[in-house]
Amino acid sequence: MTLYRFKKALSTPTPYLMFFGIALWLGCYYLFVEGWQLPRFNKLPGPVEVITEWLNPNPDWGMSLFTPIYYEHTLVSCRRILIAFAIATGVGVPLGLFMGWSKTFRDYSFPILETLRPIPILAWVPLAILMFSGLETPVIYLATLASLFVTTLNTLLGVDSIDEEYFRAARCLGAKPHHVFMHVVIPGALPFIFTGLQISIGVAWFSLVAAEMVSGEFGLGYLIVDAYMNVTYVIMVIGMLTLGFVGWFSAALVRIAGNRMMEWRVRALALEGR
Amino acid sequence: MADNNNTKATKGAISIRNVTKIYDPEGVNVMAVDDCSLEIGAGEVCMIVGPSGCGKTTLLNAIAGFHSITKGEIYLDGEMLCGPSKPLADQGADRIVVFQHGALFPWMTLIDNVAYGPKVQETMTKAEALDKAGHMLAEAGLGDVAGKYPGEVSSGMARRAEIVRALINDPKVLLLDEPYRAMDALTKSIMHESLLEVYDRTKVTIFFITHDLEEAIFLGDRVVVMTTRPAKTKTILDVNIERPRDYHVLSSNQFRVLVEDAKDAVHEEAVKAFEAGERELA
Repeated sequence: MTLYRFKKALSTPTPYLMFFGIALWLGCYYLFVEGWQLPRFNKLPGPVEVITEWLNPNPDWGMSLFTPIYYEHTLVSCRRILIAFAIATGVGVPLGLFMGWSKTFRDYSFPILETLRPIPILAWVPLAILMFSGLETPVIYLATLASLFVTTLNTLLGVDSIDEEYFRAARCLGAKPHHVFMHVVIPGALPFIFTGLQISIGVAWFSLVAAEMVSGEFGLGYLIVDAYMNVTYVIMVIGMLTLGFVGWFSAALVRIAGNRMMEWRVRALALEGR
Repeated sequence: MADNNNTKATKGAISIRNVTKIYDPEGVNVMAVDDCSLEIGAGEVCMIVGPSGCGKTTLLNAIAGFHSITKGEIYLDGEMLCGPSKPLADQGADRIVVFQHGALFPWMTLIDNVAYGPKVQETMTKAEALDKAGHMLAEAGLGDVAGKYPGEVSSGMARRAEIVRALINDPKVLLLDEPYRAMDALTKSIMHESLLEVYDRTKVTIFFITHDLEEAIFLGDRVVVMTTRPAKTKTILDVNIERPRDYHVLSSNQFRVLVEDAKDAVHEEAVKAFEAGERELA
């Protein structure tokens, strides 16, 4: 089955376009920085330099795929994301569901949410440092906060998006309020919830790195700033690319989880040729 | 369901007495239904026709308990559903609505949808409910697709499954709000025959809203023509075509005469509604 899918994928333009896109991007990057050495670009580390260093068992600048410190930074960031995303989802989804379900609860909480939501995550940094001791908790707090708002709001919109007729149908069939919540509100909101979670994990990375840049002694955000301070630009770019990859990977995991939980939707969309 | 084969219906008589409904959006009173009275016998197929937005659905919503009424009373088998002391009827599995756009839960397979009523009402165990749902789906010719999601089957199949989902609860009344509106003529005629087949078997009271006069006469015992808003009963046509009916009825003389009568009555109201040019109310 996997082989069949793989073969089928090779018969579509998708993989070739992907490779072409990557090659085009790498090519431009190479030409601008290392080939033509355009002004403003010539101070940057080029792709050859970055990739060689990344794959170098004896790195010139002290960090590559073969040094434990690289994994330490990555794992520290991943662990923080995992905790922050888990808290944000665990709090945000129920919060959003209840806000969507109960008018009273929404009236209480929506204005607060809407006031706090526009505050940029960097503006929370001083408060986070004042509120929490140590280095770890403020960073996690900031990442959690940012994705919490996204998750809550999307969940709320998800509940709003459910057609009134499903509620009526459920009640007609004798469902009590807790049944309606379990069988209509939750599954009906799932598509929006997962769209929200994909955005929220991105936002979590975004704010985590911002937080790590301000305070912290480990993590990819710290690594990038530290490399900049030490004029080790190659490491800075390695850090950035690593962020890109783990960010992509984490969003893909969320997408896979979503498709697992919404088979009904995957199947219906597949019939429409998507 | 199968056990009360060909028995005379004893339940599901609806009595609508002087019902008035006034909507009040933005402080402007809109009278949707005005002093409407209608007696629907147990086991009757009562078809409601009338211009768009005349208040037919308002009546259905009142019976189902989705909306309150302003004046009057509605009784089901002698028990008051709603009245002056209780403007909003309780919602319950004795009156099940089949919606215009279909409201099978897209996140449940057809069999889970059908088993849903008995499961949440706890009238059956989960296994019993699934077992019965499987049987009933098979009876309706949906045995092969029972494990599919509503998004994977045709709209005709989905609508049929929705009727099965209603019938498993052994309701007193089926309330149908233009369930076949969006279907093509061929699918529609298949749906009509399957609904008639279900009716002949169960003798459940049917309250059926439609715009389609031929549909109304083909299916109904009586066709109630409503006036334009505010809705009142304008005329009631008795359809004395014998049951069981099949599509041959459609070409009979008797059928054509009835359609003609209905058209005359409805057309007059449709013109009035068109001239009033009011926005449709839900």
